[in-house]
Amino acid sequence: MKRSFSILPGFRLASGITLFYLSLLVLIPLCALVWKTTELSPGELFATLTNGRVLASFRVSILTALAAAFINLFLGFVIAWVLVRYPMPMKRLFDAVIDLPFALPTAVAGIVLAALYAPDGWIGSFFTELGIRIAYTPLGIVVALIFIGLPFVVRTVEPVLQDLDRQLEEAAQSLGATPWTIFRRVLFPPLIPALLTGFALAFARGLGEYGSVIFIAGNMPMVSEIVPLLIITKLEQYDYAGATAIGLMMLVVAFIMLLVINMLQAWTRKRTGKL
Amino acid sequence: MQTQTLALDRLEQPGARQWPRYVLTGLAILIISVFLLLPLATVLIEAFSEGWDLYVQAINDRYTWEAIKLTLLVATVVVPLNTVFGIAAAWMIARFRFRGRGVLTTLIDLPFSISPVIAGLIFVLVFGTHGWFGSWFAEHGFPIIFAAPGIILATLFITVPFVARELIPLMQEQGSEEEEAAIALGAGSWTMFRKITLPKIKWGLLYGIILCNARAMGEFGAVSVVSGHIRGKTNTLPLHVEILYNEYNFTAAFAVASLLAGLAILTLILKSLVEWQQARSLERATQ
Repeated sequence: MKRSFSILPGFRLASGITLFYLSLLVLIPLCALVWKTTELSPGELFATLTNGRVLASFRVSILTALAAAFINLFLGFVIAWVLVRYPMPMKRLFDAVIDLPFALPTAVAGIVLAALYAPDGWIGSFFTELGIRIAYTPLGIVVALIFIGLPFVVRTVEPVLQDLDRQLEEAAQSLGATPWTIFRRVLFPPLIPALLTGFALAFARGLGEYGSVIFIAGNMPMVSEIVPLLIITKLEQYDYAGATAIGLMMLVVAFIMLLVINMLQAWTRKRTGKL
Repeated sequence: MQTQTLALDRLEQPGARQWPRYVLTGLAILIISVFLLLPLATVLIEAFSEGWDLYVQAINDRYTWEAIKLTLLVATVVVPLNTVFGIAAAWMIARFRFRGRGVLTTLIDLPFSISPVIAGLIFVLVFGTHGWFGSWFAEHGFPIIFAAPGIILATLFITVPFVARELIPLMQEQGSEEEEAAIALGAGSWTMFRKITLPKIKWGLLYGIILCNARAMGEFGAVSVVSGHIRGKTNTLPLHVEILYNEYNFTAAFAVASLLAGLAILTLILKSLVEWQQARSLERATQ
């Protein structure tokens, strides 16, 4: 590997460990996925991916992840705003608990959300009276994905919000702008890249999420079956080709999301010099 | 920061524009309470809903102990390996310029954006009975899929980025002047690493290790694909929660889940402490 000269030691050792480890653990297994898919003829691949149940699961996964990421955009923004701008009782506690979805195993989140939002659960019974069923419908999936994605938006918006120049707001205010105008014309524009990054991160995570979703989703084929679950179902039926084809499709989507997120983060850096 | 807030407050007319602040603060507390605090509390409430004795009974079950042991085994293998990898990768990427650095960084991040189920699937494809090397390992008495090695591999994959991702930006920001000075003054590589690099990165390193450990112990999707769910053998704690729940043994499921919730709370506390220490040492450095 070519590199420019440096007097620091350890390049060989560090690059040796890094490349060996990554190849063994990430590259070769991912190649296996691509390789296995090539065992399918293009016709078979097309037939697998355009199967009604597969298409329905992609629709469910994409729509629920989009809905949850969109709701998280608002929830996350409000939380980030309050954490950065306002004094608040027990702020340390509220700030620490934001990362709970990162720290709590997804299976635990799954069963507890299912218990809360089930028709006889604390929150579920309230909605049942309004005639809305949350658990065991696609709405339940959205709830689980809101939980999982919330910290992504808060933690990407927070640092950018912290670095906003307050003097701009004061200038706008002394020039007679209303609070709404200040928000729309002064505060919001520099936050756009960070908000989009948070949205994309929450969406990408939501697409692949499994543990927190399956307990609350009901998992009805065509209605509330997510793509990751369908892969597992195919594996349990020894349909390795089918599982692999769907897996490759998800891998492609993950790659695209990673590219989009990298671009958004570069944009955020350019706009704010942060992140 | 403080003076700026004061200046802004003075500009605002008292009373008239205070309401958005109260409404938004109330809204934020409501969101955090309903979406985060309530689920956390519910785990504990459900776990103890049938009393202390049943809670202890659920924990003190043979299969629960086996699950705890396997989970600890996975973490003790995964966390050190990913820590060594994280330090090596960060040293390579943050301290040297070479072609392909961007691609390498993306590759390290990749496991974060891949569904855990895919992480499990790829190891089934390599080591499963129909996989590339699966039959060879099985014939030699060392099965990987539906056994502990598969669980460890899938967990390794999922947690690859944690330490590296924490260290790379930190070391890039710190720069390499001090390390170059140490080498120029004749220090050996190990001395340089121990006396210069390690003290500078210790809080970031610890932060990465804490998060890596939490994920390694709590991983569900990837492990679920490769485990085979054999009780007492290939069942980690999160998988055990699933089995108990699917058997409608809710109290036991939540009792085991409460152990994992305890781990999550501990992780959040440690994480806050490390963040606080990090901020303090940064303050000291700038003073």
